[in-house]
Amino acid sequence: MDSQSNNVVVTRNPMLRVITSFKTPEILKTKRLKRSYRQIRTENVFRKTLVITALAILVLVLGILVTLVVQSIPSLKALGVGYLWGKVWDPVTNIYGAFPFLLGTLLTSFLALIISLPFSFAIAILLGEYHPKGWFSNLLKNAVELIAAIPSVIYGFWGLFVLVPIVRQLEIKLGVTPYGIGIFTSSLILAIMVIPYAASMGREMIRMVPSPLKEAAYGLGATRYEVIRSVILPYTKSGLFAGILLSLGRALGETMAVTMVIGNTSLIPTSIFSPGNTMASVIANEFTEAASTVYLSSLIELGLVLFLVTVVINMVGKRIIKRFTND
Amino acid sequence: MKIKSLKLAGIALALGSSVALFSCGGNGSQTTTSTDSTKTSEDAMLGAGSTFDYPLFSKMFSEYNKSNGLKVNYQSIGSGGGILQLTNKTVDFGASDAPLNDEQAQKMAVPALHIPVTAGAVVLSYNLPDMKDTLKLSPATLADIFMGKIKKWNDPKIAADNKGVNLPTNDIVIAHRSDGSGTTSIFTTYLSKVSSDWDSKVGKGSSVNWPAGLGGKGNEGVAGLIKQTPGAIGYIELAYAVQNNMTYAKVQNKAGNFITPSVASTSASANVQLPADGKVSLTNTEAADGYPITGFSWVIIYQEQNYNSRSMDRASKLVKLIWWMIHDGQQYSAALNYAPLPQAAVTVGENILKSATYGGKPVMQ
Repeated sequence: MDSQSNNVVVTRNPMLRVITSFKTPEILKTKRLKRSYRQIRTENVFRKTLVITALAILVLVLGILVTLVVQSIPSLKALGVGYLWGKVWDPVTNIYGAFPFLLGTLLTSFLALIISLPFSFAIAILLGEYHPKGWFSNLLKNAVELIAAIPSVIYGFWGLFVLVPIVRQLEIKLGVTPYGIGIFTSSLILAIMVIPYAASMGREMIRMVPSPLKEAAYGLGATRYEVIRSVILPYTKSGLFAGILLSLGRALGETMAVTMVIGNTSLIPTSIFSPGNTMASVIANEFTEAASTVYLSSLIELGLVLFLVTVVINMVGKRIIKRFTND
Repeated sequence: MKIKSLKLAGIALALGSSVALFSCGGNGSQTTTSTDSTKTSEDAMLGAGSTFDYPLFSKMFSEYNKSNGLKVNYQSIGSGGGILQLTNKTVDFGASDAPLNDEQAQKMAVPALHIPVTAGAVVLSYNLPDMKDTLKLSPATLADIFMGKIKKWNDPKIAADNKGVNLPTNDIVIAHRSDGSGTTSIFTTYLSKVSSDWDSKVGKGSSVNWPAGLGGKGNEGVAGLIKQTPGAIGYIELAYAVQNNMTYAKVQNKAGNFITPSVASTSASANVQLPADGKVSLTNTEAADGYPITGFSWVIIYQEQNYNSRSMDRASKLVKLIWWMIHDGQQYSAALNYAPLPQAAVTVGENILKSATYGGKPVMQ
């Protein structure tokens, strides 16, 4: 849709281009046309600002990746690819291997996810379907959001002083060495910390299920449970899964709460109650005193591995979501 | 008209903020040059390093400020951090529980002076509430416990060290440091000296590959683990154990005597002939009544003080501070459970300080 007047073309085409010529003939000094020019320029400036801001974020993420890779080069040269499945972390002989920590991170995160899922889904369904409004809904919603707001150090302290003795009693009953701290305790604390993410996202998704769909099911004689099982959950599958992915991402990177209750050993965990270590926790503990170049570089390479693990899990998750939405 | 005035306002704001930013930038560059020459407006001395020394330094520096007027700002970021900051020339002195290793000395490139300022003991604290006698440990047993070879408290090897004592039957839970630390360095140096097995399998350093046990962050973390886990044993600084009323073991020294760790037995172990550069390991001391797991803590400065446009005044203030620390400052040690320096160490420290130079000429006249 173009309008033409006196050799100047003012286009309202979606592919707006900046009007390079400001030599407007006399006849165009009308208010309406001036405003059009201004609007076009504003439109362009706004769009450019948005693009620049987005590019800045991309540049930042790339910059982080590049920094991690560059700083890991001494360790990559010294240890090679074997770093990924190396089981020994020895600062004295400068031999490093990320496998125990990779295992610890994946174990604690997935275990935390599994423990937290029933609670997240229960809260999501309760708030989305049964109590979308009202005083109980507000109370529960605020409590769940508060869980996300509490700093992780406080979870670490609470875990150390409250949860660890309880787990120790459990271990004594089971006849295992009563460490108290270990993979199980840290998974428990992580589970509590990641509940809000899946719960909030789930709640939003469930509330967005269109009423006609639900009413149709009720009209056919379905009970509330049957509607949730057969109508709501299939409809919100991808959104719920995105919430799970968010929770997993949080669990993978959590440092402070985990490092206080996981036991900090570089040995491969033999059972669910044994102590272990996660990548984030090792970096936090050993970074300040890492004196030699290879040591420091190995820690940074550990950070790189964590970064890549997060990226891979996110990519796999997105694939699965796509599979859900296409079904 | 409205839009025109808005435009004018916008331009004025942009100009104003850019002027403010540039002028701030100018001031910023001025302050960076002043911190480069380690001068602050109050002319405070900057130090960083060992967390072990921190309680003692805290007291020393506040007393020095009262008597001398010089303010000293000490950051307890760990021995490794202190050496790093000294290498980057952002602090005047570093404090470390272990002397510079080869790689650190190489990074520093110029000679550094190590002045011993205090000595500390590493004690083995344990959690056996049913045991009324103090646990006795011989070096071989201690090494085997930490290697994970001895798994229960009533093992015959421990019983041999503690004749006639009813040992509990629970498992041994080992607590070690998860972060790099001078305390670990002292303890592993001792174990490497008394056990060739430990030396070959684990070695010594501020961070090692522990064969068994749980890690806690800092002295506090290890102390917390020991206090909470029944059957736990771990190593912490003497000052820490005393202040937290924890039970600790007697360790057998080279002469064969079981010594209780204390300020007196630490001083006795430090009463050895030091080499001229002050770097010596006190572990497994020859002294008959010395506790075997002890170590010096050093203050490290550059030998040539004329770097980064430092002034002679600042260099002499620094040397005077350290001189005071090894002489009058020692009176504050015992109350805080640090061992005062024996005379031999003070003499060596004096000679080392006298070798500090400014532009080739000695700082101390």
